[in-house]
Amino acid sequence: MTSVLISLFVIFTQLSVLAFGGGNTILPEMQRQVVDVYHWMSDTDFSALFALSQAAPGPNLMIVTVVGWHVAGWQGALVTTIAKFGPSSILTAVALGLWERFKDKPWRSVVQAGIFPMTVGLMAASASLITEASVHSWVLGGITALVAVVTIFSRVHPLWMLLVGALIGLSGVGQP
Amino acid sequence: MLSADARRAVCLVIRRPDLVGPFMQSPSSPASSSVSVPPPPTCWMLFTGFLWLGVTAFGGALPLARHMVVEKNRWLSPEAFTELLGLCQFLPGGNIINMSVALGMKFRGVKGAFSALMGLIAAPSFIVIALGMVYDRYADDPHIQHLFAGLAAAAAGLLISMAVKIAKPLRGKWVAIAVAVACFICIAVLRTPLLPTMLILTPISIFVTWRAAR
Repeated sequence: MTSVLISLFVIFTQLSVLAFGGGNTILPEMQRQVVDVYHWMSDTDFSALFALSQAAPGPNLMIVTVVGWHVAGWQGALVTTIAKFGPSSILTAVALGLWERFKDKPWRSVVQAGIFPMTVGLMAASASLITEASVHSWVLGGITALVAVVTIFSRVHPLWMLLVGALIGLSGVGQP
Repeated sequence: MLSADARRAVCLVIRRPDLVGPFMQSPSSPASSSVSVPPPPTCWMLFTGFLWLGVTAFGGALPLARHMVVEKNRWLSPEAFTELLGLCQFLPGGNIINMSVALGMKFRGVKGAFSALMGLIAAPSFIVIALGMVYDRYADDPHIQHLFAGLAAAAAGLLISMAVKIAKPLRGKWVAIAVAVACFICIAVLRTPLLPTMLILTPISIFVTWRAAR
């Protein structure tokens, strides 16, 4: 158990400091670690946990907490939450004092613009991997496509789209 | 309500901290006593403010955070909010998480940062674990399986749409597109670990973006 908690701590600390460009960019690495490397869950479980974290309120990355809970109960949830939110928060608190000094420096905007293509690539990878893990039938593929198209071309609230997906899923149409 | 003059003064205090003292003013700084600025939030106010945000923010907390910080509580001017958001976006971690830490730190130091962060994640943590319990307990029930399958498919659709939207500024920038595609192939197709991928690709990305912009 302790070794599981230590592994969780190491994984999520690393994810914390690598999460440039917001939360969802680290989903692929999180999935790789908990599914492929440690086999703590199937990739279907992972995408279900991601989905329910999206249905919950709050910041983007509550999947961190529920993955920890799924792997190692309350202790796991506590460890992943601290490991994920701690290091980046300490970095923010420290950088706040320095921000005045470097916010107008030319290198800052160069670095920020330079990281952006990486963010795009990582977001695309997240979308691709979660889709691969979630879509097991043509109906589920249809839900994914419908939600993607509707939210690209309109400003409908994402929660409604999750509700529509859950209801179509609940109907059981086209699922084994 | 503040008079227009007082509000301008407030904006000045926040926009030109060089006129009123260092950036990290202590809450009791004499500079803020000359105009009727709303008093800096206490740790408890930071906690409850972000607690409410955590409970109500569904699908993207940023607009709500701005409303809470700038319009409702007037902790920051719009300009100061945008500037702080710049810091939060620059650093690793979720924007709202970083925003809660930065705001708490700015007003009440480490205690404030802790209060704001705890407020933000307390309620969502319990809610998401409760949902996880439902998922685990009824994993064998076909109805619940179907429901979560549909939910997961919809969440995947939201991620696709987010990826498409975030990629739009790259239109026509072929060098940046090439870097994004390389990153995608490493992570999604070859499944290389994130750390070495970022150590190698990030400097290349920064360099080629900088060259292309010159």
